[in-house]
Amino acid sequence: MAAFDGVQASSESVFERRVTRRKASLAQSMSWSILFFGGILTVMPIVYMISTSLKWPHEIYDVSLIPEEPHLENYTFVLEDGRFYGWFVNSLVIATITTISNVIFDSLVGYTLCKFRFPGRYVVFIAILSTLMIPTEMLVIPWYLMSQSFGWLDTHWGIMFPGLMTAFGTFLMKQFFETVPDDFIEAARVDGQNELQIWWSVAMPLVKPALAALAIFVFLGNWTAFIWPLIVTNSWEMYTLPVGLSTFADEADVAWELVMTGAAISTIPTLIVFLIFQRFIIRGVVMAGLKG
Amino acid sequence: MSSLAIKNLTKEYGRTVVLHNINLEIQAGEFVVLVGPSGCGKSTTLRLIAGLEEVTGGTIEIGGHVVNDLEPKDRNIAMVFQNYAIYPHMTVRRNIGFGLRNSMKTRAERDARIEEVAGILGMTDLLPRKPSQLSGGQRQRVAIGRAMVRDPAVFLFDEPLSNLDAQLRTQMRLEIKKLHKRVGATIVFVTHDQIEAMTMADRIVIMKDGRIQQIGTPSELYHAPANIFVAGFIGSPSMNMIPGVASGGDVHLVGGVSLPIGIDGVDARNVTVGIRPEDLHPTDGPALFSGAVNVREPLGHETLIYVDTAFGEIIAKADGRAPPELGEKVNFNAAPKDIHIFDSESGAVLTRAC
Repeated sequence: MAAFDGVQASSESVFERRVTRRKASLAQSMSWSILFFGGILTVMPIVYMISTSLKWPHEIYDVSLIPEEPHLENYTFVLEDGRFYGWFVNSLVIATITTISNVIFDSLVGYTLCKFRFPGRYVVFIAILSTLMIPTEMLVIPWYLMSQSFGWLDTHWGIMFPGLMTAFGTFLMKQFFETVPDDFIEAARVDGQNELQIWWSVAMPLVKPALAALAIFVFLGNWTAFIWPLIVTNSWEMYTLPVGLSTFADEADVAWELVMTGAAISTIPTLIVFLIFQRFIIRGVVMAGLKG
Repeated sequence: MSSLAIKNLTKEYGRTVVLHNINLEIQAGEFVVLVGPSGCGKSTTLRLIAGLEEVTGGTIEIGGHVVNDLEPKDRNIAMVFQNYAIYPHMTVRRNIGFGLRNSMKTRAERDARIEEVAGILGMTDLLPRKPSQLSGGQRQRVAIGRAMVRDPAVFLFDEPLSNLDAQLRTQMRLEIKKLHKRVGATIVFVTHDQIEAMTMADRIVIMKDGRIQQIGTPSELYHAPANIFVAGFIGSPSMNMIPGVASGGDVHLVGGVSLPIGIDGVDARNVTVGIRPEDLHPTDGPALFSGAVNVREPLGHETLIYVDTAFGEIIAKADGRAPPELGEKVNFNAAPKDIHIFDSESGAVLTRAC
């Protein structure tokens, strides 16, 4: 009887194991399917953008992904159009300067709020955070009036100034500086470094992954910014890329193939920025893993 | 190296007083260890000396100059932190040379100094490495190197050995002691480990609840503790504490056993009798304590025995080769000079009659 029980028990456990394995493989295929679907959803617009940029005007409303006669005429047209180059440079200058500015000033403020004890520190932090709750659309009018009174309308400075520092960046950096042990800062103080030196040579290198993430966010945000540059600029010379590309569409017609071509070219710098800074993020994660 | 003087030092956080009127004179070149349980104020004292906290009252003098209002960098001190605080993104060379960055030295002079310090600490080969490629002991050495490189007036160590394993801790203890002998620096060393304190210090400062309990050489603290706390804190295993009563100049244990010592000027008072485990000797004659062995802890060279007596559990030391058996009845006596009498209420040691 005992032996029979044993056989029964073992066959039950084999059965259970099979069921568990089947459940696991089902769950796995489910998750793969969802990921595949998500991937398609993400990649499709990019593929469609590139596909459209290779089409002739008459076939742009054709949903086919593969152009009948793929060609690079659109690229030649857009790149030879002097305006596109100007918009590209405008966007690059604005996104680069705002990125550098955010990386420096957000981290300075974040560091100060994190590592210094002074009265009102919490109030200042809350005040900065509370600005996150105000939508850009509400700020556009005061920004415009400010730009007008300072003579910044239709200038690079006018496009850039609202984004030179962000509450989000300050918050992000403050949170990351929390992970830098106070001992590091105090050791540097005892070793005779001044506060700026400590911030630059001790704290900043330790939050490189956060700086990289911030740089990517800020660069992308400013590269793709549309509403404010549209409002603050008047002449096509000052347009940024998204604003400039929108001019390919007029009331009568939208030259989608040109818009898509411009968009395809404009993704190149963002890809480069992402590839450069992604290294730091991954390295940061790897370093954090090694510490334990 | 410089002397260090702390006068009437107090520190308050809001309404909480964490240091009460601390007075301490440290001679140039002296190795002083601040020891005490967690929250006793030893690390706060060190941070006040370093200038990392603001003094509430009193003064701190380094080399005869009051430094209360000076920034840490202007106090000419160096500090080694508990978690070493060596920067993971810098090589050992840059870590050690970090404190020299703002000095007036030329690059060649700085490099020479870094090499010299690395040589003293035996880690010249490690200079190009990153901290992640070092062992715990090597990281500790880098932290010490960074402190040494500036040739400061006073070295401050904040529990620097507590993250190391037991063997490495013993080794580093020895190395720091040798280093002190070689460099002759003034060192203030904070630890909660009384063995570290006993083995390294010229003088020990025992603290509790923000007050200094006793200052003295390791031997003074061990053999002549000023109060019950010091007696219990120093020595492992701790001193046996037995309740007693002083009356008519004599001391009796609670069970009625009379001790062979007299106390001056104390009458009808509860006292605590303290005897260290190694001062209890087996005897065949009249005994102070007797009881059965309850637990044995063999340590090799000796065996700790826990004996159930009329006064509770008493710890004694027995020969490591032939300790008494479990359950065996043992009798102990102690020499009068090895018996400490404390006032049970105030905890202070009582003066004996000559």
